[in-house]
Amino acid sequence: MHVFRFRGKILTLDPITGTLLEVDELAGEVLKLWPHMTPAGVSEALSLRFSAHDVARAMGEVEELVSLGLLDAIMPPEPTYSAADLCQVKALCLHVAHDCNLRCRYCFAGTGDFGLERGMMDEATGRAAIDFLLRSSGARKHLEVDFFGGEPLLNFDVVRRIVAYAEEHAPKWGKLIRFTLTTNATLLDEVTTQYLNDKQIAVVLSLDGRQAVNDRMRPFAGDAGSYTSVSAAILRFVKSRGGKNYYVRGTYTAHNLDFATDIRHLYDLGLRELSVEPVVGGAGESYQLTRDHLPTLVQEYERLADLYLTKQEEGDPFNLFHFNMATYGGPCFGKRVSGCGAGCDYLAVTPLGELYPCHQFVGQKDFAMGTVFTGVKAPDLAREFSRANLYRKPECMQCFAKFFCSGGCHAHAYHSNGTILKPDALHCELQRKRVECALGISAIRNVQ
Amino acid sequence: MIFLSQHIKVLVKGTIKATAQQPACKECQTSCQSACKTSCTVGNQVCQNR
Repeated sequence: MHVFRFRGKILTLDPITGTLLEVDELAGEVLKLWPHMTPAGVSEALSLRFSAHDVARAMGEVEELVSLGLLDAIMPPEPTYSAADLCQVKALCLHVAHDCNLRCRYCFAGTGDFGLERGMMDEATGRAAIDFLLRSSGARKHLEVDFFGGEPLLNFDVVRRIVAYAEEHAPKWGKLIRFTLTTNATLLDEVTTQYLNDKQIAVVLSLDGRQAVNDRMRPFAGDAGSYTSVSAAILRFVKSRGGKNYYVRGTYTAHNLDFATDIRHLYDLGLRELSVEPVVGGAGESYQLTRDHLPTLVQEYERLADLYLTKQEEGDPFNLFHFNMATYGGPCFGKRVSGCGAGCDYLAVTPLGELYPCHQFVGQKDFAMGTVFTGVKAPDLAREFSRANLYRKPECMQCFAKFFCSGGCHAHAYHSNGTILKPDALHCELQRKRVECALGISAIRNVQ
Repeated sequence: MIFLSQHIKVLVKGTIKATAQQPACKECQTSCQSACKTSCTVGNQVCQNR
């Protein structure tokens, strides 16, 4: 049981069922001990602080919740994986452009080229990627293609041709393909905007917040800041689609530990669908996040939760991706155990059609998995990723947030610890705090 | 249903373990295809079958 405080409330999450409780001081103490002790042991352990009568009553409530199946201390057995699970691809991250017109200092893609040659995907490779997805997706009906880069709008004509090809062929296979496009917004002209709106393509727009924060990390190739043109383009674009079907996504670094102020800035611009992510990597760079930053970052997430709730109370709310925890309608156990699906459900495709487990492994030859022309030719790697679930990660099995983050990012884990089975410790701490805030927000909304 | 008692208030009735007996259809969105691309959360994805 994970007992924590949020805005003066004592909350308890049962990590295994997902039940969320508001408790008093006594019940919180009982719940911490309950899975590990007999009722008599709990009573004895708390005897100096609470009467035996009160402990017995709280224990009675706990046992009632157990009998209703709302609390449970026993993990279900690990799901078994069939051969079909190993090869059912659901989503592709299509790197249509390994080039970019920005030179973001924290770019994990090496400012667009991923350590490979700069280049564009051609139409034939894009078509082959769609064919690969359709024939590799087994019984799955809902498929996803994200146009990514580099900057995908540098290759807009091919994006359009790939979408047209997919629209023509997906129905023949009984599939629905949902498209997203991740862009720095520099090339969002009228024609592009009209097209993305007509096709109802979900768009992720990159902007880090305040001008000084953004321009320090996201300059153009000539080193000029990108904020002025990008923020104007994003506002035009969001307005053009009625404020729907987009996210503005920022990255925070050691240079803006007060990132809630950047979210506030984006809100003040009129943007309401927001996400902010900690920077990854950057070893030795001044922007790198370290454990020394953790106390500040924890406080900042609390500040962000306050802002979120305040705007909700004022009647003009915003959506923050990581606080949008679907505690009722969220994914099932099987999804929560298996996580992001990289290397199994989800693959990245380079401009030449090479397959990698995800966008963050692109260019690392040890993780090459085949091509869209040949299919997956690295069965051992596919098996390794498909089995890299919570049960194979000892740290995760001990963590209260395991069914919300589902084991975290394989690439972070590998780049930090040399194995996809040991998550990055700093990002785990940040994830745990985000989950606490999301659950706390859920609790406040529930009571209201 | 939310019920009150002296020490504990149920805010959300969890169903995670209850869904362990059914196979995952994997029709819901892949987490990295949404807004993040660098620090996935899976618990905020929406089930396609409910």
